[in-house]
Amino acid sequence: MSSPILPALIFFLGAVAVGMLRGRAQSAVALLIPLLGGANLLFNVDHGAYWQLGLFDYTLTLMRVDKLSLLFGYLFHLAAFIGVVYALHVRDTTQQVSALLYAGGALGAVFAGDLITLFVFWEILAVTSVFLIWARRTARAQAAGMRYLLVQIASGVILLAGALMYLHQTGSVAFEQMQLDGPGTWLIFLAFGIKCAFPLLHNWVTDAYPEATPTGAVFLSAFTTKVAVYAFARSFPGTEWLIYIGVAMAAFPIFYAVIENDLRRVLCYSMINQVGFMVVGIGLGTELALNGAVSHAFNDVIFKGLLFMSMGAVLHMTGKMNGSELGGLYKTMPITTVLCIVGAASISAFPLFSGFVSKAMVMAAALEEGYDWVWLVLLFASAGVFHHAGIKIPFFAFFAHDSGIRAKDPPLNMLIAMFIAAAICIFNGSYPWILYSLLPWPVDYAPYTWTHVITQTQLLFFSALAFIFLKLTHLYPPELPSTNIDAEWAYRRLLPRVVNGMVAMFAPLDRAMRGLTLARLERIVERLYRHHGPEGIMARTWPTGSTALWVAILLAVYLLLSYV
Amino acid sequence: MIASVHFPVLQIVLPLLLAPVCVLLRGARLAWFTALTASWAAFGIAVALLLDVLAGGPISYAVGGWNAPWGIELRVDAANAFVLTIVAGIGAVVMIFARESVEHEIGNARAYLFYATYLLCLAGLLGVTITGDAFNLFVFLEISSLSSYVLISLGKDRRALYAAYQYLILGTIGATFYLIGVGLLYQVTGTLNMLDLAQRLEGQEGLRGVRVAFAFLTVGISLKLALFPLHFWLPNAYAYAPSAVTGFMAATATKVSIYVLLRVFFTIFGVEFSFGQMPLGEILMFLAVAAMFAASTVAIFQNNIKRMLAYSSVAQIGYIVLGIGMASVTGVQAGVLHLFNHALIKGGLFLAMGCIVYRIGSTHIDDLAGLGKRMPWTAAAFVAGGLGLIGIPLTAGFISKWYLVLAALEKGWWWIAVLILLSSLLAVVYVWKVVEQMYLKPAGEGAGRTEAPLGLLVPTWILIIASIWFGIDTRLSAGAALEAAKTLLGAG
Repeated sequence: MSSPILPALIFFLGAVAVGMLRGRAQSAVALLIPLLGGANLLFNVDHGAYWQLGLFDYTLTLMRVDKLSLLFGYLFHLAAFIGVVYALHVRDTTQQVSALLYAGGALGAVFAGDLITLFVFWEILAVTSVFLIWARRTARAQAAGMRYLLVQIASGVILLAGALMYLHQTGSVAFEQMQLDGPGTWLIFLAFGIKCAFPLLHNWVTDAYPEATPTGAVFLSAFTTKVAVYAFARSFPGTEWLIYIGVAMAAFPIFYAVIENDLRRVLCYSMINQVGFMVVGIGLGTELALNGAVSHAFNDVIFKGLLFMSMGAVLHMTGKMNGSELGGLYKTMPITTVLCIVGAASISAFPLFSGFVSKAMVMAAALEEGYDWVWLVLLFASAGVFHHAGIKIPFFAFFAHDSGIRAKDPPLNMLIAMFIAAAICIFNGSYPWILYSLLPWPVDYAPYTWTHVITQTQLLFFSALAFIFLKLTHLYPPELPSTNIDAEWAYRRLLPRVVNGMVAMFAPLDRAMRGLTLARLERIVERLYRHHGPEGIMARTWPTGSTALWVAILLAVYLLLSYV
Repeated sequence: MIASVHFPVLQIVLPLLLAPVCVLLRGARLAWFTALTASWAAFGIAVALLLDVLAGGPISYAVGGWNAPWGIELRVDAANAFVLTIVAGIGAVVMIFARESVEHEIGNARAYLFYATYLLCLAGLLGVTITGDAFNLFVFLEISSLSSYVLISLGKDRRALYAAYQYLILGTIGATFYLIGVGLLYQVTGTLNMLDLAQRLEGQEGLRGVRVAFAFLTVGISLKLALFPLHFWLPNAYAYAPSAVTGFMAATATKVSIYVLLRVFFTIFGVEFSFGQMPLGEILMFLAVAAMFAASTVAIFQNNIKRMLAYSSVAQIGYIVLGIGMASVTGVQAGVLHLFNHALIKGGLFLAMGCIVYRIGSTHIDDLAGLGKRMPWTAAAFVAGGLGLIGIPLTAGFISKWYLVLAALEKGWWWIAVLILLSSLLAVVYVWKVVEQMYLKPAGEGAGRTEAPLGLLVPTWILIIASIWFGIDTRLSAGAALEAAKTLLGAG
């Protein structure tokens, strides 16, 4: 019986080894783990269910292999490898170990065949990833990390509660397609939604990720939200709610991203926006849409990773991350600049770059299903992405006004990692058929629609259509690819007018709500501390006499109750 | 073969008789060796009894050949065989830990007193668990309590004396209440044997004496098991006692009291009376939920980690009592299971604190900075134990919570299930506060790597590994807990 090795196990054992080794041996083992795991997936795994074991009265499936889980499996190995290469220079065993455990947790969740196993790895994801934030070792990172951990654990707790109710209702713990027809599935939906950064549940992303270490953010951006996307694709394809939620996710971060100064936080908003596309695809639920969602998840991990890596490189070399403090770095960091632009082009879905071949599938599916307005909002969101991720990120970091910083390109391992990611972006964009062949459902019109030539014409067609449509309906969005040359002008004149309107409307509301919540939280903690703190009534060392009195009172109450 | 017939009595007599031997031997090493032999022998006997009972049903042993109900009966069934194994097992593992820890914290000159009292306490706890006689239970309860007051007062911190004094007063009140309750029952029925009591109480539920006895027993036992809000004595006692004592007491003393609760309300009074006619279930569940939240919140704000863990114990007792309060097979199973799992987890955590005290000499959170580098094995043990406390999957704590939630859902109390899961978030905060301090704060000046000696690390890790083992392979623990629950509910 040659059952495949559990992918998560390779990472967990590897993490233990990495924890015990130091120096070169540590780096070598860390590099070897994703390679070994990848080889295991490529040569040693067939579709099917493995590692089944009985717990309580149920059968758990630790490893369920089909095209969907396998695709995410490949993706996470790839991401882990790139991340490890990128972090090779880091001499912090805590980070190395927790990154590997974290990747292992993501793999475990993706291959989980039942809700209990999923929950186990869901929690492992939460507990291991927080160290990547704490490892920054600043007060802000500590506080943000704790908030992050609480949200993540809460998501796990909700998942467990939902899974138990689902079990109660159906008698099955299988991690399969579900209907939103009972409190159990709604709770599961909510748990996935938290990890997926649904609107109003998204704050942990923008709160915690920018506080992570430069290398930690690369890992974080790859796994948590994508595991949630996988979970939705597995359990709730074709759920109409997801379309509306996804549309909101794709649209609302645009405004925040435009006004945000911390460039890694901009990337966080753009991550929510990209995940929005995937969620819409899952909500549409057709084969085309699901393929689009999944392939976009694949591409997003790589190009978002590339962008986080390039920003990480800037942070690593300059110690600064605010757009207003950076600029002019292209002179001394030319390689990073070019690689960052590749990432920016990919996320903006330029033809020949990877975002193009996957995002278009979701949008096409939206049109096919008659959701014209969804298509329209997504188009607007795409334009927004191009603006804040495609232009703003490279522009503020590497061009704009010269900040006077003369930082060099980062260490070789960082450059190699970025180069690998950039190569994949261009490869998938120019030659998508390998990616398509891995997709869970057949991409049946690939031969005639997605040929190299037609992608080009399609872009022209879509842009023209969008342009004409928007012109005719006077919905012309503030920025389109044609405005990129005058990005500066767009920032100073046109955008403020649109954005300020939006900001003026939402910012005070947002600030007031945040302030109110914070103030209330502070008051609660203060009150808790007064009663539960070391000198509080609950924790103080009481005189023996009064405790004895308490006993007497309780006895009296019991006696009374026995006669009621 | 002949000896095995007498296992029930040997279970108590062995540690009881070897305790004075420790005093006579005087030498620290010799006394330790005697105590070690006694505790491991007791553990062996307990395991043998558990296997016997699981295979062949309850064992009854008439002490001195005087048959029940006149003589004292020792009675082993699935419920107390399981508790015996826990108590004796923890007692044995902590004894390995004790040698170096006691030498360091109490000193070799007085060590023989420690070992003698430790054995007395062990004998008392085992006696409480094994006896089938309600008055005999009181006697053993006093043996274990009096010796534990002494053990606590051996702590280095002067506050240990006050803690021991307070425990003495409250413990005595608790024991007295128990005795009053038993006395009233004796007045009504004229018997002290538990099974006999159960039979004769049938049909007598309306009597005032029985109801008053019920109230006295409830309060007395709640006090002994530190059920919120009668937990005042516990945090200081655990915080200032010597490390080995805290590890031992936290894992056994309250657990045995919980067993007494089960015995009195399920076997003597019967489920029908305790939970049907009297509002015990509602009271227990209300207090349990209050304990889960209030004590966990207090734990979050504690700066003394031993005290923090003690408050966490109060909260964890809440989980156990919650399960018991449901009075269903799954609920009681969950309670008994958590009794077992929490003994392992908390025992392991307190022993890890003992390692820290041995090297760092402090349990204040600020002094734990950088411990991940200074004492990697100890810190790792604390993390593993902490994960169990939170109830992260693959730890024993998760299994308990799983069954507890199942039991709540079985009753249709989904909001209780939600509360259980919510309260585990509080555990995340107080455990992670420590983990963060140990791994992410740099150590102070000149702090090198000073791992605790193997004599302390090995027993700590035995408990921690056991707590992970029983998080993965639940056949033994959940199976035995199920048998125990069936026995308790079936008898009533």
